[in-house]
Amino acid sequence: MMQLNVNKPLGTAPNPAFAPKTLAQLGRGESGVLDRLDLPEDIARRLMELGFLPGQVIVPARSAPGGGPRVYRVDGSEVALRRETASRLILRSSSKSNPRKT
Amino acid sequence: MSDCHDCGNCAVVAGPAPGKHGSAHPHVVAIIGPPNSGKSTLFNRLTGLRQKVANFPGVTVEQRVGRARTRGAREVVLVDLPGVYSLSPRSEDEQVTRDVLAGEMEGIPKPDAVLLILDCTNLGRHLVLAAPILSLKLPTLVILNMADDLASRGGKVDTAELAMELGAPVALISAAKGQGVEKVFQFMEGTAGGTTSLAAPKVQLPVLQDIPKCRQWAHQVGSGAAYQAPAPPMWTRRLDAIFLHPVAGIAIFAIVVAAVFQTIFSLAKPLMDGLQALIQTSGQWIESTLPDSVFRSLLVDGVWHGVGSVIVFLPQILLLFLFIGILEDSGYLARAALIADRTMSKFGLQGKSFIPLLSAYACAVPAIMATRTIESKRDRLATILIAPLMTCSARLPVYTLIIAAFIPQHPLIGPLLGTQAGALLGLYVLGFAAAVVTAKVLKSSVLKSERTPFVLEMPPYRMPTLRSLGIRLYDRSKIFLHRAGTVILVVAIVLWVMLHLPLHNGKAPEIGRSFAGMIGHAAEPVIKPLGFNWKIGIGLISSLAAREVIVGTLGTIYSVEGTADSTGLRQALQSELTPGGAIALLIFFAFAMQCMSTVAVVRRETGGWKWPAIQFAYMTFLAYVCALVTNEVVGSGMLRAIARL
Repeated sequence: MMQLNVNKPLGTAPNPAFAPKTLAQLGRGESGVLDRLDLPEDIARRLMELGFLPGQVIVPARSAPGGGPRVYRVDGSEVALRRETASRLILRSSSKSNPRKT
Repeated sequence: MSDCHDCGNCAVVAGPAPGKHGSAHPHVVAIIGPPNSGKSTLFNRLTGLRQKVANFPGVTVEQRVGRARTRGAREVVLVDLPGVYSLSPRSEDEQVTRDVLAGEMEGIPKPDAVLLILDCTNLGRHLVLAAPILSLKLPTLVILNMADDLASRGGKVDTAELAMELGAPVALISAAKGQGVEKVFQFMEGTAGGTTSLAAPKVQLPVLQDIPKCRQWAHQVGSGAAYQAPAPPMWTRRLDAIFLHPVAGIAIFAIVVAAVFQTIFSLAKPLMDGLQALIQTSGQWIESTLPDSVFRSLLVDGVWHGVGSVIVFLPQILLLFLFIGILEDSGYLARAALIADRTMSKFGLQGKSFIPLLSAYACAVPAIMATRTIESKRDRLATILIAPLMTCSARLPVYTLIIAAFIPQHPLIGPLLGTQAGALLGLYVLGFAAAVVTAKVLKSSVLKSERTPFVLEMPPYRMPTLRSLGIRLYDRSKIFLHRAGTVILVVAIVLWVMLHLPLHNGKAPEIGRSFAGMIGHAAEPVIKPLGFNWKIGIGLISSLAAREVIVGTLGTIYSVEGTADSTGLRQALQSELTPGGAIALLIFFAFAMQCMSTVAVVRRETGGWKWPAIQFAYMTFLAYVCALVTNEVVGSGMLRAIARL
């Protein structure tokens, strides 16, 4: 499976909540590892082509002034997503360090 | 994992046999790459001005074909394919790319070779496209573009090792600066001469449908070639901290928009005045050289003043395209789409509609073609329907003429914005407001749909190159002058004939009794409530072909009448229109769909006459009603009364 950066430890604090954390919940400068894309297949494939692959580290950057879409750093590029889309990208919980097959 | 043997539909081509490429078969080379890889820059670099823009047959994807000559004086036909991340045919762009490469695109021979261009500052992700391209087994040059960025940001790649890994030659270049482009010419020289042989890739190609596997393959290839990703683009981050700042970002957005309008107005004026004087003087010179005849009248009054009054606007249109070019090439346009998304979503649209709508400020035709990047069919249709309400450059001649004639110039906000530029900006805002209100109505009724995701890649900021801006402006001038030389020329001649017939005792009639005058008089009852007389009526009817034609028409009418020669079109209009009628004319042009090219492109894009017919009726109705109200309000002096308060 994916060998990309998956063994990199996460610098964020452990998440006590049971519900999986989504990309939309990450603050600027934090980082998370993508677990799965909870989106229709065509949209998921488009995001995967842009670098949103399970196992990738994603770092939120600036959002549009006035609360528009946020820019995410992923796999060497920057991609803007609306909050509603980011909330469908589920992150790996910090305890689970091994990549899971999707 | 599987290799390309199960890629059944791509025929395996043996290296072209020498002598096979006679004069009958041009050597065709396709350029392919992901979006933002610098594909168009390379295409421009290779072909220079020897290119033409058209559409692939049967689809709306733009096709750019150009010619290049290698050092060995071999002629190569280059086809610029749309930017894609993969060849899985999900969008029209990907389908076109796949069809061209498979030799299944009508009118385009199967490419003899492929130039695969990748951004080497982001090689890991861009190499993913190499897998499906290499599996086609066409002679391929893998071009790593942005070599200068890679070096300055401390990245590294071993091109010789990468070539071994991929089994294809690799060239590290900077298309913008021209570094290493020689290697691309050498490759084309080789394939055209039939000397390129295909090597087997060292790494097995992945299963193409599996994106994670492809990405892993790309990572493996990159590691094999000792690829070291460059440091993040610090300048882009610093600039984003300003351009996307919660306060400064919005202020800059507003200043950029205002500055564009102020500059195209004040900077273009001396150029336009100069061009105007040149056309006047040369017209007078022709008049004094030729003997008095019907031919002289046709040439000077019909062609020279009719076409000339439109050509005057070339500097202004070029300035507008220059600004759009700078915004797009610098990377700011993507940030503008990001800033606009929240506002656009309030009207049921999305940030992606912002780019076509901004291009619609230049021309609705390419804008409507640009809507194909919007995945949602309903969002796309809504964008197509409102695009012609945005103020296109063809309205600019009409606006400029009437504003200059009727709006006195005063400073409005210090030196930044004057009343004339303010009026122009107001008309742009008006068009935009009409567009978003229409969008809101459409999206909450007939085109209601679920919100579609907004996904937009932010390219790094780059300095726009003079070369790329120059080619853009050259293309635009060519299209504009072509129109002036065809549509507007024909309208000018037809109009001149209609102004000179029927003959009255062997002489041309006065304008009111000519055929054109009769048509104008017939239309007068309909347009009189708007404050327009029959001469404006002739202009309105002729402008159904294209908006700017009205300027040429009025130029011809007043020239025939003899008024434009002495006092100029501007002064002629001042005695012809009331202030109410003048403002009403501006409003009419802001809303009416006076453009046959737009009607034609909407019919093609929506696949029938239904939507263009609805759109034309809606816009004409809106234009008529708003012009009527404007004329009443301004005419009654209500505005002056409000201003006094």
